[in-house]
Amino acid sequence: MAIQLYRIDDRLIHGQVVVGWGQPLNIRFLVLVDDMVAGSDWEKDLYRMAVPPEMEIIFNDVQTAIREHARYASDPRPGLLLTGDIESMYRLVKGVKAIGSVNLGGIHHRAGRSEKLRYIFLTPAEENELREIEAAGVEVTAQDVPSSRAVPLPEVLQGAAR
Amino acid sequence: MSEMNEGGPAQPRAIVVGHGEFAGGLVSAVGQICGMADKLVVLSMMGMTPEGIEEMIREQVARTGVQVIFTDLPAGSATTAARRIVKDDPRLVLVSGVNLATLLDFVFNNAVPPTEAARTAAERGKASLIVVGR
Repeated sequence: MAIQLYRIDDRLIHGQVVVGWGQPLNIRFLVLVDDMVAGSDWEKDLYRMAVPPEMEIIFNDVQTAIREHARYASDPRPGLLLTGDIESMYRLVKGVKAIGSVNLGGIHHRAGRSEKLRYIFLTPAEENELREIEAAGVEVTAQDVPSSRAVPLPEVLQGAAR
Repeated sequence: MSEMNEGGPAQPRAIVVGHGEFAGGLVSAVGQICGMADKLVVLSMMGMTPEGIEEMIREQVARTGVQVIFTDLPAGSATTAARRIVKDDPRLVLVSGVNLATLLDFVFNNAVPPTEAARTAAERGKASLIVVGR
């Protein structure tokens, strides 16, 4: 089954991930890729308690995720890989070279970011990272929940779908 | 509709926060049933960053002095934020998975401190889930 969804979401594990995508995709393992979380037992406990018992959760920093990706990709169970920021996914895409698509699930307002979609706000540097991800042959779309339309990256960057 | 306390509005005893309009809807139902909606502070986290949610809850805890936070979903961003706040302030209690029966029991229980009332209410809320039929 391999990894069904590669998602960037600054809320990491939350309702849309566990229930919104987790249920329809029958997700059985989550790979949370975040350097800070991977280095903190308290943060890992925090997110572990948010995951239902039928889902395994694996915590990796980006380097470990690159090294272990082939194993996740060949896992017979459906999985979901999650990063909290564009930069981590950018490093993963560059390191793995086997990721076909990336889902922008939630990147919310902060200083320096401008609104592209209701749930996507980007700095110019983040826009460039996303362009580079797509230039590497990875399809990038924005879609918060399965029932909404997958908005292609060019449309996201234009802000046309706001 | 509001419970009055010595001529003024009731002091809030808890924060309710969740997805979409969940908190507002639940507290509205409390108000309709028993008129004690003003014992609860409603927060919505729509469109907010994790840091924004945490900051909003922290501000409301500081402003109101409440010691109880109710959230909707154990996996939700509000629960994650509230767990960080409770870690920093051991006087606080978090109840995740709140339902109407929980809130009703909580607002009526003035005999004990709010943190204790929250624990009792959580048990009442669990017991309120029933399945009828085959």
